[in-house]
Amino acid sequence: MSKINLIIKREYTTRVMKKSFILLTFLTPLLLVGMIGLIVWMGGIKDDNIKKIIVIDQTNLYKDLLKSNESYSFEYVDKQIDTYKNNPDQIKEITALLYINGDLSKNPEAAVLYSEKQVNMELKSYISGQLNKYIEEQKLAAYNIPDLKQMVEKSRTDIDLKTIKWGEGGKEKEGSAELAMIIGMITAFIIYMFIVIYGAQVMSGVVQEKTNRIVEVIISSVKPFELMMGKIIGIALVGLTQFFMWVVLTVVISMVAGSVIGKNIDADTLQQVSQMQQMGMQPTSTQNLPPELQNLFSALTGMDFVKIGGLFILYFLGGYLLYASLFAAVGSAVDNETDTQQFSMPIMLPIIFAIYAGIFSAENPDGPLAFWCSMIPFTSPIVMMVRLPFDVPAWQIILSLSILILSFLGTTWVAAKIYRTGILMYGKKITWGEMWKWLKY
Amino acid sequence: MTLLEVKNVVKQFDGHRALDGVSLEVPENSVYGLLGPNGAGKTTLIRIINCITAPDSGEVLLNGKRMTAEDVVHIGYLPEERGLYKKMKVGEQALYLAQLRGMTKKDAQKALKYWFEKFEIQTWWDKKVEELSKGMAQKVQFITTILHEPKLLIFDEPFSGFDPVNAEQLKREILELRDKGVTIIFSTHNMGTVEDLCENISLVDKAKVVLQGNVAEIRASHATNTYQILTKKALDVNGFELIESKQKNGIFESTIKKDLSDTNNLLLQRLMKQTEILSFQEILPSMNDIFIDTVTPKI
Repeated sequence: MSKINLIIKREYTTRVMKKSFILLTFLTPLLLVGMIGLIVWMGGIKDDNIKKIIVIDQTNLYKDLLKSNESYSFEYVDKQIDTYKNNPDQIKEITALLYINGDLSKNPEAAVLYSEKQVNMELKSYISGQLNKYIEEQKLAAYNIPDLKQMVEKSRTDIDLKTIKWGEGGKEKEGSAELAMIIGMITAFIIYMFIVIYGAQVMSGVVQEKTNRIVEVIISSVKPFELMMGKIIGIALVGLTQFFMWVVLTVVISMVAGSVIGKNIDADTLQQVSQMQQMGMQPTSTQNLPPELQNLFSALTGMDFVKIGGLFILYFLGGYLLYASLFAAVGSAVDNETDTQQFSMPIMLPIIFAIYAGIFSAENPDGPLAFWCSMIPFTSPIVMMVRLPFDVPAWQIILSLSILILSFLGTTWVAAKIYRTGILMYGKKITWGEMWKWLKY
Repeated sequence: MTLLEVKNVVKQFDGHRALDGVSLEVPENSVYGLLGPNGAGKTTLIRIINCITAPDSGEVLLNGKRMTAEDVVHIGYLPEERGLYKKMKVGEQALYLAQLRGMTKKDAQKALKYWFEKFEIQTWWDKKVEELSKGMAQKVQFITTILHEPKLLIFDEPFSGFDPVNAEQLKREILELRDKGVTIIFSTHNMGTVEDLCENISLVDKAKVVLQGNVAEIRASHATNTYQILTKKALDVNGFELIESKQKNGIFESTIKKDLSDTNNLLLQRLMKQTEILSFQEILPSMNDIFIDTVTPKI
């Protein structure tokens, strides 16, 4: 086995075997899915109690209009409202009391809902929806025009502006600007996070080797460049491993979680749809999903995930290699971890700038800021990820990647020179000027 | 036969010259001492021999051929500032370092088993390095240095951190290695070990070799014509200089300095006339004295 492979293997295994790595790798997706699940679950909690509503209809016009369902039971009674009003025991047993004392088509305020506690929105809109629909039909019927009901039904419109992207050969893809922005921001942020976290790991790894003086022992058997690259590549593999584990685990966990509570969700959506139908809303599709979700799904299928995924890996590696070698150079130049701050600041600045440039680029993905920042190698891995879901011309991607590759070769060359001298230099306060001189040794 | 030859090596760092025309020859199968005060350029020279840094001019020959990076496999180097990965297990780490030096995993395991048994440290195999004391870690480092059976061993202050018992064990191992045909270069400040172990030395001071040669010859050449004489009676000063004299259990111990022109026999003849001589011994300067004498600026 060649020496650089040995170094990569050591860097990789010691890090992957660490408890903190294993814990973080397994817990993060669990927390992510758990949190999303918790939100969905809490939103979906249904009261098992059937709420009882007493209806006192003095007009007798709306008898049996309100049908009982899973959540509510409506009971029509022939009593006076005072029997409830003055009798707290009876009112406690019911959720609400609907009192209708006039023709609603003439006096829309003739219906009142009494309760001890404030009734929820769902009940209120359910009752008013049912009543509205009935009154509407009554009014339409009163015009005595044949087929009027159908005409009104047809005239009802619901505009939902779809965005469709024209691909090659007129192939249509449904797009979603919001989705593109979300995907862009998420991938950009992951790259940002990985560069910072794993770049810092490279730096502290180098500092440790130097302060430990292990570097003196190793450097007599391997070249400094091999040691540096072995560390950088080993840690890159750790990063990729963590990322893939997160993706796989998130998918597996959400599938498991989905199959466990899957039935519930189906029942819930079915119920929602049937409720909408009852309320007079016509679902736009035969599928039992709300329309917004359907749009999202078709937009998701419209995204080119293979391309985004592939470029994500390329930009992740390019950006990481660019910065990691600089971090390694800083690590080699200082004597202990506390001294790293002064020198890592100039490296951190462009990364932080990149994430802000990325946020602004999301609003105008083809603007000059977005374009230039996706070409400059120090910001391109982050900014280009934001732009990618908005379809960037191929020449720009190729140009930006080429610049990135050339630049990381450049920074690695510079870093290797500083590293070579730095790791064997002790007890000296290093200045920028000093590091500049090392380049020429 | 010369194993390693350093020829006129110059190394210039920013602002100062670390090595200024240093030459030395290390005979095969011997222990060679590389001495010098701190900052004299020893570590730089050793790094050049190990191909860690390149000399500005001059060359290093191994077996008469110019050394290349590939030849470093034949060298085992124990640096003065040496460390190990603290979080790694001893055995795992020793294997890793051995493989970096070009051994196969299988060979390394076999050799490590032998040395761990020899040093009676088999129980350390699964310990983390941070659990070891400094001396214990030094033993592990010593083993990893010699494991791949290099022709040339370079030890930079090998005894620092060792208690006397372990230092003695280490000395024995080093001599045993020399008897097996290994050549050893020592860099140290401990002049006692130099006298014990080294056959030849080079004393480097301010980037230059200031003293070089066989230890016994150097000591003889630094002789100050001083002798220690045990006699039954006190000596009358006649034809020599008495430096010190003391009496112990009826025996007189005197330190004297004879004139350079007189031979030992002439001195003895004079003394014999005075009293019976129990012992007569020339006092040779220790390497420590020679070292201090050589590197201290003359007024």
